[in-house]
Amino acid sequence: MLLKNTWNELIKILAKPRSYIGFGALTLLIGVILVAMKADGQSFISFVTASFEQTLSFNGEILNGNLMAFVILQMLIIHVPLLVALVTGDLVSGEAAMGTLRMMATKPISRSAILGSKLLAGAIYTFLLTLWMAFMAYGVGQWMFGAGDLIVLNNDGLVIIPADDIMWRYFYGFGLAYLSLLAVATMSICFSVFSDNSIGPIVSTMAVIILFTIIGSLDVSSFNTLQPFLLTTHMSSWRSLFEMPVPIDSILNSIYILLFHIVGFAGISFWRFNKKDINT
Amino acid sequence: MNETVVSVKGLKKSFKAFQAVKNVSFSVQKNDVFGFLGPNGAGKSTSLRCMLSLIKADAGEIKLFGDDIRSNRSKVLSKIGSIIEKPDFYKYLSAYKNLELLARISGSSVSKSELYDILDFVGLQGREKHKFRTFSHGMKQRLGIAQALMHNPELIILDEPTTGLDPQGIVDIRNLILKLSKEQGKTVILSSHQLAEIEMIANRMVIINKGETLIEGSVHDLLNSSNMVVKFQLDDTNRGEKLLVNDFADVNVSKASANELEFEIEKIRIADVAECFVKNNLRIYSIEQKRKLEDYFINMIEEG
Repeated sequence: MLLKNTWNELIKILAKPRSYIGFGALTLLIGVILVAMKADGQSFISFVTASFEQTLSFNGEILNGNLMAFVILQMLIIHVPLLVALVTGDLVSGEAAMGTLRMMATKPISRSAILGSKLLAGAIYTFLLTLWMAFMAYGVGQWMFGAGDLIVLNNDGLVIIPADDIMWRYFYGFGLAYLSLLAVATMSICFSVFSDNSIGPIVSTMAVIILFTIIGSLDVSSFNTLQPFLLTTHMSSWRSLFEMPVPIDSILNSIYILLFHIVGFAGISFWRFNKKDINT
Repeated sequence: MNETVVSVKGLKKSFKAFQAVKNVSFSVQKNDVFGFLGPNGAGKSTSLRCMLSLIKADAGEIKLFGDDIRSNRSKVLSKIGSIIEKPDFYKYLSAYKNLELLARISGSSVSKSELYDILDFVGLQGREKHKFRTFSHGMKQRLGIAQALMHNPELIILDEPTTGLDPQGIVDIRNLILKLSKEQGKTVILSSHQLAEIEMIANRMVIINKGETLIEGSVHDLLNSSNMVVKFQLDDTNRGEKLLVNDFADVNVSKASANELEFEIEKIRIADVAECFVKNNLRIYSIEQKRKLEDYFINMIEEG
């Protein structure tokens, strides 16, 4: 029954126009960035490398597909949660508002299977959105700008990664990005379980992301104890894959915390949904 | 011997401080068309929601097909088709696609041709591919009935299925329910706030008000064996009242005004009263009669 209803959920997601907003927005945003960089990227690169020109000499094409994927992932990872929440935040509350949750709940399918299928469908949608982001940022970036060594400016300084040592980093990088977006998706579904209107959970998810981002960026001692446990702190953990050497422990710590969020939000959702009175 | 399909005892449900259902009890036998009657806000939908485990009852026992709904939810729900309040579907999907989604989780395999057959049965042939958002209220109700029937359930629960329908739509739904009962032997629970509707379709009924069961039994017995409430319009109600007290000692006048006299009496004795008034030279302008239960129900609705 879980798989049958997951199939149902995917059909519903595919039939809803709002499901395509994320894909459209990513195509537009990434397309605009790629075209702009193609047109005027050299001056942008010159501006960034100007401070190093007295000590370093750059040869080859710095502005390449690998750098574009890095820039795009860094720019979008904080904004993509809105596109995810737009669909996942509506999965339970949207049906409650429409009255279709009542129709479903009168069928011989357990509440856990209803919610489980929504979580699975949400995870598949988030995966497809991440895949599309990867295709647009990395695939189209490589096609437009070609491959090359990646120069990254980290806290420790300038890191130069050879072209043949990059692809696996992006593979795991987009994997980490997916995990953080999955945590956002689970959080929005959790909010959705508590609500009977579709806008509330979407706005609440974004409010939490903004709040956590602010707490994470403020250097206030009372926030310092909180920061390592915030979801948003670990949304940029993919960047660690572009350090030399790769800090495996730090990445594993991020994975554990993101998984903890996913399991926690899913657990709360199941607990609440199984006792929820369906009054709409 | 009758087989009890639904047994509800001492059902209670509150929403914070508001007690929507205080004490509802009734039972439904196999092949009954059972009227679940009560004014708006009586607790009908809340009771039906409890029966289908959409909401959790605070107290009471609900047994469907002899099983507790809470411990055997899937088994019980696979034998039930229902529409609670109004049929809501995915407006961006077609009628057929909506049914297909619900059929997949209905607990039994429903083929494509069976789905088309059920759409034909409810009169939606030719509209299968049309989006739900384009449907009229009557068509939505028909689709709701189709989803309730598609997995061939033993018990069908319809919550005010004729609300908002035009007269022809009401007749169609009524005929459909009778067809399901007579031709397919289904047990039907039909909730309504209209006594006349229940009288036309149901064989048994329960009346609830303010969250409590008031009366349960055969529709025929409850409506036809009861006393009548009669209203006589007379030229002299004082004299009429005196005649009643003298000649019909067991009759109590419930309402009296300048030209109207209202009292409760057995149907068979109304003619005797009229004869008595005429013999005593009282002019009768009109006689209105209502069944006691009908009168009681109308008062209940008026009181809200």
